[in-house]
Amino acid sequence: MNKKMALNQERAPIYEALERFRQMRVVPFDVPGHKHGRGNPELTAFLGQQCVGVDVNSMKPLDNLCHPVSVIREAEELAADAFGAAHAFLMVGGTTSSVQSMVLSACKRGDEIILPRNVHRSVINALVLCGAVPVYVNPEVDQKLGISLGMRREQVQKAINEHPNAVAVLVNNPTYYGICSDLRAIVKMAHKAGMMCLVDEAHGTHFYFSGSLPVSAMEAGADMAAVSMHKSGGSLTQSSLLLIGPDVHAGYVRQIINLTQTTSGSYLLMSSLDISRRNLALRGRQVFSRVEDMAEYAREEVNAIGGYYAFGKELRDGNAVFDFDTTKLSIHTLDIGLAGIEVYDILRDRYDIQIEFGDIGNILAYLSIGDRIQEVERLVSALAEIRRRCQKDSTGLLTQEYIEPDVVTSPQEAFYADKVSLPLEESEGYICSEFVMCYPPGIPILAPGERITREVLDYITYAKSKGCSMTGPEDPEILRLNVLK
Amino acid sequence: MEFWFSELHTPDVKHSIRVNKHLYSVQSDYQRIDIFETPEFGRVLALDGNVMLTERDEFIYDEMITHVPMAVHPGIKDVLVIGAGDGGVVRELTRYETIERIDLVEMDPMVVEACRAYLPSNACRLDDRRVHITLGNALKYIRRSENKYDLIIVDSTDPFGPSEGLFTLEFYGNCYNALRADGIMVNQQGSPFYKEDARAMQRSHKRIASTFPISRVYQAHIPTYAAGYWLFGFASKKYHPVDDLDTQAWLALNLRTRYYTTRLHLGAFCLPAFLEEMLREVE
Repeated sequence: MNKKMALNQERAPIYEALERFRQMRVVPFDVPGHKHGRGNPELTAFLGQQCVGVDVNSMKPLDNLCHPVSVIREAEELAADAFGAAHAFLMVGGTTSSVQSMVLSACKRGDEIILPRNVHRSVINALVLCGAVPVYVNPEVDQKLGISLGMRREQVQKAINEHPNAVAVLVNNPTYYGICSDLRAIVKMAHKAGMMCLVDEAHGTHFYFSGSLPVSAMEAGADMAAVSMHKSGGSLTQSSLLLIGPDVHAGYVRQIINLTQTTSGSYLLMSSLDISRRNLALRGRQVFSRVEDMAEYAREEVNAIGGYYAFGKELRDGNAVFDFDTTKLSIHTLDIGLAGIEVYDILRDRYDIQIEFGDIGNILAYLSIGDRIQEVERLVSALAEIRRRCQKDSTGLLTQEYIEPDVVTSPQEAFYADKVSLPLEESEGYICSEFVMCYPPGIPILAPGERITREVLDYITYAKSKGCSMTGPEDPEILRLNVLK
Repeated sequence: MEFWFSELHTPDVKHSIRVNKHLYSVQSDYQRIDIFETPEFGRVLALDGNVMLTERDEFIYDEMITHVPMAVHPGIKDVLVIGAGDGGVVRELTRYETIERIDLVEMDPMVVEACRAYLPSNACRLDDRRVHITLGNALKYIRRSENKYDLIIVDSTDPFGPSEGLFTLEFYGNCYNALRADGIMVNQQGSPFYKEDARAMQRSHKRIASTFPISRVYQAHIPTYAAGYWLFGFASKKYHPVDDLDTQAWLALNLRTRYYTTRLHLGAFCLPAFLEEMLREVE
């Protein structure tokens, strides 16, 4: 939990400014051209007058996201206060933009950055943009569940020792499945070696508002954190926060953000961040404690069905699974004879239940501030029904395995190199110039600059046959891959 | 003084009942519960502003949801009733001496309390020795039951409120699993008249029809429900609701009813053409 908040968290400056703006009945001779919705009645009917009426442009009373001096600045100060950060940036390009700004602030062309291989594609995208070179720490793998865990302390230390000139260590806090590395220890190791510690907290917003959940990046002393307010925090899709600690130069980070951020930041997104931050600061602890209870209840009920394994804190081993985010409802499905992605599809197609993702061996149901117990009962009952009606023999099902990447060139070099398109089956042994991943979760199976192996090709074929949505390559069918000449 | 209770049957249709006295009003954990005293319908129970029952016409609903399955399968011994915290269905069931056990699962304890206090003509048999009341979520209750019941009666509120989970495929599947090999499930299936109600009715019929080998719909006229026209679903693993009607056995029980008769039983399954077509669309 962050230190005591010093500012009045009842305030929501952007929201308040928009309310004032609405009451002034300002005549718009500026953009956007729909002019408070009048020019687009169909859109207004669909989204509502209230919504399109505050879809407005930067102006003096509403501040400017590229150079905040008034209400946006105040909102950022309140967010920093609520999250225990030295400074907070409101972000409108998704947590992808937060992650990229974080990496671009820390690394320059040719710099090394230490990171686990199970990072989100946005991290490696940032390396394509800035030309930094990844040093992968292979995460531990849980053989039964087939999921990547956190980084062991010794492995991080080894990477730091072998690459003393690396500029930063990046950590997932937590992974998509809710698994946390020993963040405090990794921050200390990085700082001792003169490196920054960057944290992808796309799935960890709630850590800032709980006494019982894993430690948050800012509390652990990390330098920067990308926080997906829109995931567990309740703000609108695409809104996010970038947090920095006291040793990072805020002005430089702002310049980096402005390299790629829109100059027409959406007030719908910014006000949603402002209002959500206020809600979390005032009520977050009680809200997330309820979410934890609900997830814990769901885990017990799912495990009582038999066949499924909803895993939780028992995975903790003090190192590669230093801590577990109990709000994540991750369920291993292979023992009922169905791949996670198959259960995911059945839940949606037959039971009208949409969960976050299904991969080869697991599904993840995302519980957050909007959930109620009656929907949890539906999910559990549907899982019981799927077991009763669809259970199969589980032989022949693959467990997801971590495939250790063979990094040959930097992502940037590979991405921009001269390349040729080959049929998937003929690409073995070549160096890939693009990403291949299942989305979600969006963790690359192949990244630019990595060698294509038999193992990788088998995995892609199997995941496709089970119905995973594959993305990344130029060829949407993923029948061909671009490789280096 | 003009004092009226109004319920929107659609955004464009309103049904109003004059009120003498507002007897009870409380917001429970799940819904708003109101009981009115009215000149035309006697006492009226409303949940979230929707009429659930009136003293005047509840007999139609409670008789039709109970006696139809009982007349088809006289061997019913173990019954599960879901919802129905007012006690009307239980009251009808307790008239059968052959029934050995009635489990009632009601989500909202406040409904039971309110009905015990203000609707004694419905709640009068909730203390029968065969009745076992569980207060809690029906989906959770039924997940744990297998091959245990001869009859399940689903007396839910409409599919847009807290009862939404009782109109789902997972719920019907769990009911199937909780029934014995000759078990029957009867549910209130809403109204086919107004568009939104009709769509919900089709959705739940589709789900039931894909779960049970036999699935038929029957109708009744209920003045205080939307369009005055209500449907019930009869789903079963073995018995056909019309072909297997055991008229002699039921008449021998000598039960006095005000709406249900075995002749009406046969007629209730004869549906208007538009409804037959709506059901065919999803079967």
